[in-house]
Amino acid sequence: MEPAHEALERSLRMSKRVDHAEASSRFIAAKDHIEFHDQRLWDLRQKRDRESEEIPEWQELRSLASAIKEHTLTHLADYLEQFEQNATKNGVRVHWAKDAAEHNQIVIDILSSHGVRTLVKSKSMLTDECEMGPFLGNRGIEIIETDLGERIQQLDGEPPSHIVVPAVHKLRTDVAQVFARTIGTDPKNSDVPYLAESQRRHTRPYYLKAEAGMTGANFAVAETGSVVVCTNEGNADLSVNLPKLYLASIGIEKIIPRVEHLGVFVRLLSRSALGSPITQITSHFRAPRDGTEMHVVLLDNGRSERLGMADFWYSLKCIRCGACLNTCPVYRRSGGLSYGATYSGPIGVIIDPTFNLRKYSSLPFASTLNGSCTHVCPVKINIHEQIFKWRQIIAERNQLPMVKKEAMKMAGKVLASPMLYRAAVKAANAGLEYLPRSMVYNPLNAWGRQREVPKTPGTTFREWYLKNRRNKK
Amino acid sequence: MRVALFIPCYIDAFFPEVGIATLELLERLGVDVHYPLDQTCCGQPMANNGCQDDAAGTEKLFVKNFAGFDHIVTPSGSCAHHVREHLTAIPQDAKVAKLRRSTYELVEFLHDVLKVPEFPWAKFSHKVGLHIGCASLRELRQAKMSEISEPPFSKPLDLLSKVKGIQVVTPKRPDECCGFGGTFSVFEEPVSARMGYDKVNDHRNAGAQYIVSQDMSCLMHQKGCAERLGVDMKFIHIAQVLNGARA
Repeated sequence: MEPAHEALERSLRMSKRVDHAEASSRFIAAKDHIEFHDQRLWDLRQKRDRESEEIPEWQELRSLASAIKEHTLTHLADYLEQFEQNATKNGVRVHWAKDAAEHNQIVIDILSSHGVRTLVKSKSMLTDECEMGPFLGNRGIEIIETDLGERIQQLDGEPPSHIVVPAVHKLRTDVAQVFARTIGTDPKNSDVPYLAESQRRHTRPYYLKAEAGMTGANFAVAETGSVVVCTNEGNADLSVNLPKLYLASIGIEKIIPRVEHLGVFVRLLSRSALGSPITQITSHFRAPRDGTEMHVVLLDNGRSERLGMADFWYSLKCIRCGACLNTCPVYRRSGGLSYGATYSGPIGVIIDPTFNLRKYSSLPFASTLNGSCTHVCPVKINIHEQIFKWRQIIAERNQLPMVKKEAMKMAGKVLASPMLYRAAVKAANAGLEYLPRSMVYNPLNAWGRQREVPKTPGTTFREWYLKNRRNKK
Repeated sequence: MRVALFIPCYIDAFFPEVGIATLELLERLGVDVHYPLDQTCCGQPMANNGCQDDAAGTEKLFVKNFAGFDHIVTPSGSCAHHVREHLTAIPQDAKVAKLRRSTYELVEFLHDVLKVPEFPWAKFSHKVGLHIGCASLRELRQAKMSEISEPPFSKPLDLLSKVKGIQVVTPKRPDECCGFGGTFSVFEEPVSARMGYDKVNDHRNAGAQYIVSQDMSCLMHQKGCAERLGVDMKFIHIAQVLNGARA
C-alpha cells in the first residue's frame, strides 16, 4: 500500500494546473540554452528529412506502419493474449498491470522476492509514467539509469525533457557541473568524450553489482513473444545480460503482430528520431538465459480507455520516436520540462490530458496548430487535428482559464452581430489612437510586451468600400 | 460568376489597404466581385480555442452573408481553412456544405480557378522573403512542405514569378511557423514572440527587404516583432504586390 505521505504528495502534484507559458518564459530567458536547444533539435529534424528523402517509398512505409498499428489496436486483446502465450512458452513470466500502482507493486514484489537491492535500468518512458523511480527508492532499491542522457537527468534530480534525448536541454558545461557534483569529475572539464567516459566508468561496476536489470520496450512481437529494444549505447544489453533477473515494462500499445512488421518500423524509427538509418543495436529478448528469470509487465494505465475515444485512439499508434518534438517550433523554444508531464511536445499534448484533464488543460493550447508534427509522424498520427479536438473537450468540460472563457464569450457575441462588431472596431481604433503608450504597452497587454501594436489606419475597409464602391454598384 | 469577397475582421480593422488591393485586383481580372456589408468574421478565433458554442453565432452570420455565391474569396489562408475544414459549430446542411466547398484563399483562387497568366501591371523591384502561413502551406497545400519529400511546387511563387523585378531570397527555415497562432500570440506570448524574432532574423540574414505573404495575421505579428527589434524590414501582402504596388 502507498503510505499516506506519498499519496498526499502525489495528489498535490496531480492537482496543480501546468502553466506552460510561464515555464517557457524561464526557458527562453537562458539565451545560450534556448539557442543550442532549438538548433540541436532542428539539426535532428533536418537529418530526418535527408534520411527520409533517400527512401523513395517513405510515404508508403508511413502508410504501412499506420495500417499495421491500426490493425493491431483494433485486435489488441487477441494479440496481447498471443504474446502472453508465446512469451510464457519461452519461459518468460508475464504480468498484467491495470495502472501505475499495480505496475509498481508487481515490480517491487518481484524485486523483493529476489532480494534485489540494486537495479540497473535502460531508458523507459513507461517507468517515468508510473513514477517508479521514487516508489522503488522509498523502498530501499537503488536504481542506476544506464543510458547517458537518463543518467545525467537522474543525477540532476530532473525527469527527462525529451523522449529520445533526455538531457537535450543541457549544455555540456551543465553536464560537467552535474557530474562534478555527483560522480567527482573535474567541474572545469566539459570535454564530451571525457564526460561520457567518466559516466561509463562510474556506471560499469553497477552492472556487476546489480541483482536485476530492467528495460522498456520499443516493440513486443506477438508471434514470437519477444521484446525488442532499440538503443545506441549498448546499455540495455548489459542491463539484461549481466544480472540474473530481467524485467521489461511494456505498454500494451507496443504490440505488433509479426517479426516481419519490424522491417517497417525499424526502418522508420531511428530515421524519424535521430536521422540515422538504424539504431546501433536492435536487441530481441526472447527467453531467459539458463539459470535466470525474465519477467514482462504489460501495463494498461488508461490505454484501453483511450482506445475507446473516437477522436483520440490514433495516438496509441505512437512509436515514441520524438520526431514531432524535434520539429515542433514551440517545443524547441520552451523545452520539455515546461510541459510538466512525462510526455512533452506535440505527442505529449494529446496524451497527457487523458491522464489528468485539469492538470494538463493548458497543454493543447501550447501549439500554433502549424501541423508540422502530423507530417513528420512516421505512423501518421493526425497530431495537430487531435490538439484542435482536445481544445473542444477542455472548453466543454469547463477547464478554460476564466479570462479566456470570458474573452471568447464576448468575442462570439460581438462577431455574431454586424452592429456590435462595427462599434467594437471603432472603439478599438479610437482606443489605440488616443490611449497613452504606457497603457497600450502595460504588462497586462501580452501582445505589446515584446511586439509593437499595429497602427490604426483611421478607416476600415468597409468604410472605404462604402465611400468608393457602394454608389457605383 | 458571382464572387463574394470576404475581408477578415483584422484586415478590415487594421489593414484596409490589403482588402482594397484584393478587391482592385479581382476587378482588374474581370471578376464580378460583391462585398456583403454585414460580414464580420469566420468564427476561427472562438473555434480554435475550442469554444464551439461561442463560434456558432458568427458562423451562422457568415453563412447568411455568403451563401448563394459561386465562389467566396478571402486574402487569408487560415480563414479559408477554417471555413473549409472547421466551420462545424452550426448544423451542416447542403447550403453550408456548398459554401464551405466554394471558399478559396486568394492565391489558390488566382492560381487554380482563374489561372491568371500574367500581371502586366505588377512590378516590385525588391529582395523579398516569402512567408507562406501554415494553414496555406500544410492545410491548403499551396506549396511543397519540407516535411514531405515530393516534387517542388509553390502556387504563391508561381504568381510572384510573374511580377517584374522581384527577387526572392530564401531563409534557412522557409516553412517554420512564425509563432502567431491566433490567441496563441497572447496566451503563449513568450514562445510566440521568440518564434517571431527568429523568423524575422532568418529573413533578414537572407537579405530580404520585404516579407511577402498571403497571411496578413502572420505579417502583423512579424511586423510587430521587427519594429520592436529595430530591424529595418517591410511587410506587404501578396495581393498588394500582385495588384501593382511598387513599395
